[in-house]
Amino acid sequence: MSEVVQNEKVIVFQLKDEEYGVPIEHVGSIERIQEITRVPRAPRFVKGVMNLRGVITPIIDLRERFDLEQTAYTESTRIIIVTIGDKNVGMIVDAANDVVDVPQNQVEPSPEVVGSVNADYIRGVAKIDQRLLVLLNLDKVLTEEEFDHLSTVES
Amino acid sequence: MESNQYLDIFIDESKENLQVVNDQLLNLEKDSTNLSIVDEIFRAAHTLKGMAATMGYEDLSDLTHKMENVLDGIRQEELSVTTDVMDVLLDSVEYLEDMITDISEGGSGAKEVEEIVSKLKTIESGEAVAEASSVETVNEPTSNNSFSIDQFERTVLQQAESDGQSIYQIRVALTEDCLLKVARVYMVFEVLEQNGEVIKSVPTVDELENEAFDQVFELILVSSEPAQDLQAKILKVSEVSQVDVEPFSLDSKEVEEDVEGEVAATIQTPESSSDTKEDSVESKKAVGNKTIRVNIDRLDALMNLFEEMVIDRGRLEQISDELDHNDLKGTVERISRISGDLQNIILTMRMVPIDQVFNRFPRMVRQLTRDLGKKIDMQIEGAETELDRTVIDEIGDPLVHLIRNAVDHGIETPDQRLETGKNEEGKLLLKAFHSGNHVFVQIKDDGKGINQDKVLAKAIENGVITQEQSTSLTSKQINELILESGFSTAQEVSDISGRGVGLDVVKSTIESLGGSIEIESELGQGTTFTIQLPLTLSIISVMLVVIENETYAIPLSSIIETAVIKKSEIMKAHNKEVIDFRGNIVPLVDLKEVFEVPSDHEVEDEFYSVVVVRKGDQMAGLVVDSFIGQQEIVLKGLGNYLSNIFAISGATILGNGEVALIVDSNALIK
Repeated sequence: MSEVVQNEKVIVFQLKDEEYGVPIEHVGSIERIQEITRVPRAPRFVKGVMNLRGVITPIIDLRERFDLEQTAYTESTRIIIVTIGDKNVGMIVDAANDVVDVPQNQVEPSPEVVGSVNADYIRGVAKIDQRLLVLLNLDKVLTEEEFDHLSTVES
Repeated sequence: MESNQYLDIFIDESKENLQVVNDQLLNLEKDSTNLSIVDEIFRAAHTLKGMAATMGYEDLSDLTHKMENVLDGIRQEELSVTTDVMDVLLDSVEYLEDMITDISEGGSGAKEVEEIVSKLKTIESGEAVAEASSVETVNEPTSNNSFSIDQFERTVLQQAESDGQSIYQIRVALTEDCLLKVARVYMVFEVLEQNGEVIKSVPTVDELENEAFDQVFELILVSSEPAQDLQAKILKVSEVSQVDVEPFSLDSKEVEEDVEGEVAATIQTPESSSDTKEDSVESKKAVGNKTIRVNIDRLDALMNLFEEMVIDRGRLEQISDELDHNDLKGTVERISRISGDLQNIILTMRMVPIDQVFNRFPRMVRQLTRDLGKKIDMQIEGAETELDRTVIDEIGDPLVHLIRNAVDHGIETPDQRLETGKNEEGKLLLKAFHSGNHVFVQIKDDGKGINQDKVLAKAIENGVITQEQSTSLTSKQINELILESGFSTAQEVSDISGRGVGLDVVKSTIESLGGSIEIESELGQGTTFTIQLPLTLSIISVMLVVIENETYAIPLSSIIETAVIKKSEIMKAHNKEVIDFRGNIVPLVDLKEVFEVPSDHEVEDEFYSVVVVRKGDQMAGLVVDSFIGQQEIVLKGLGNYLSNIFAISGATILGNGEVALIVDSNALIK
């Protein structure tokens, strides 16, 4: 094994009882929940838009996006502002409280699960100590194809 | 590489210089005897070449160099300005433009230039061979390493002297271990150009650029600054070891000039030439406006910060009202006033002259007329009219389309024109002007005008309108049929305007900018397209309305009136709710339904609040819960992520920091 192990810094957040990670370089800031204006006829998981220091920022609800059951927002609910390409988007998560180094060799491809239609937004799973971290492929979380797919399923 | 930080500047300035070359070439074609124009082109091309070489874009500097040779030929009156020569020169400009675009997009600026270079060479040699001897003499002074002054330089110096400026001879020595000599030279020149005008350098600028010198170079500068200031300024450039600034006397050089027999012969006839030189010197001064380049992103950031401040200002006002403290109130009021002024300044900073869009049209029209065998005199008026940056960015394509249309379909061929008793040369006028809160852009041709019978026949044939409808249309409405989708009156599809997209694209683009387009046309006399555009897209007046708990903004520009109507006044037609609004039947659109506003109670109001909006001649009544009032708001996009939301054109931030969506009423009118 080579001496140099590539580390990746990720922001860890909670959704339901699982922990997820997004690469720190994509994260612009972490905000408390604030007033969100609903956008009519937007995809289901788009909660609306928010005033982020003068910039209108679309907000998506990750619980809704991953088809988890809805809960009321709490004190620990956070919005993680991520930048992917030319898009700025906020993601509502249950809590965000950690930054960890993920050694590249600890990342395993996501397990093949039967009927995992949407699994392409999962880049891999990392095991650190006793924690399991689901690493997200942010592009896929937001992409238009996903949009279309979902909206057609809906209608 | 360190040159990266100069890349933006390089690109900006190259574009500017290229534009000058382009504009002046077109001027030259009209006025081919005016050699001061050639000088102008030459200067711009030369700067371009110098910068390209410094930045290491070989192809770019190479092509510019070949162009310069041809220009030099014209300047020396060895070449005459023929259409062929102009074609090749303009082609070269196009090549150069492509290269710079490539560079700005991160490319290397490399491009196959062989063909055009060889064309330039043919032109250059084709005529130059015949007068080889004079070419020789032109080149001679450059190899002469003393300060010999040619006639042109002499006149400039004389002119400067009589203006009370001083002439200096400056000797700059670079340190022995200087690595990037070219860069230092460039910086020295930059310093000097800020303080005066470099008339001549030894070695020549070309040689300096190619590092064909040791540690020392000399130059002549015209400046109004004192000598020691200049010296101090040049010494500020790193790796400059020594600077000598001495006054330069014209008389002392007279003897030397006489040695150069040929030049001296013409030296005593400066009467006519000094006039033109005077012009060029003056125009140079005029260019020296005090401006700085600011990245548009920074202006946007400034605007964002300012908007945040406006929102907080709103909060402050509220707090000071509650506390009822006199000093606090006074201060808050002052802040409000100052920030109002600030807003005006920031907005005007974002305004740019429409010239940025217009300046590419003359060449386009020239090319089109050549392709189509037409003769067109294009005039531009009001190019200095200012518009918000965002509008400028969008308006280019629609204008291209309309101009192509005018050239292709509007103006007839010279033969046809002569037959109908018109001047052989068609006229095309592009005009911009301010009026009220709008900017108007007109495209006017004196061509054949719109043939309404043909338009009607075609519209019916293509199913744009029905036979019955056709009888009730006004002549204005008939003209505007050509803006409907699926319309092209050209007999055969040409590649000029028949590109598969019709004028309907123009119309929808302009409408999406919050503008409108009108057509006036008289058969046989010509057509005028008038585009009305908002001054700015970033701040608009809106009517704020409430639907359940949500606030929406409707642009005032599309609102005709607001009304409260009784439920009993609503009628049904084709299963649609309509109202009788001042004699017109106006369909109602319930925004609550369109926007799927969640509603927890089902209260049937006796009165409807209706906002009557229009799109062209059509109207619709938008049903809302209540009106809040009129307000100036800052228009913002929803971001790239949510780009295609139905009937929402953007969003804005309200005084309380919340986001309100802006209704695109055009999308709601069918």
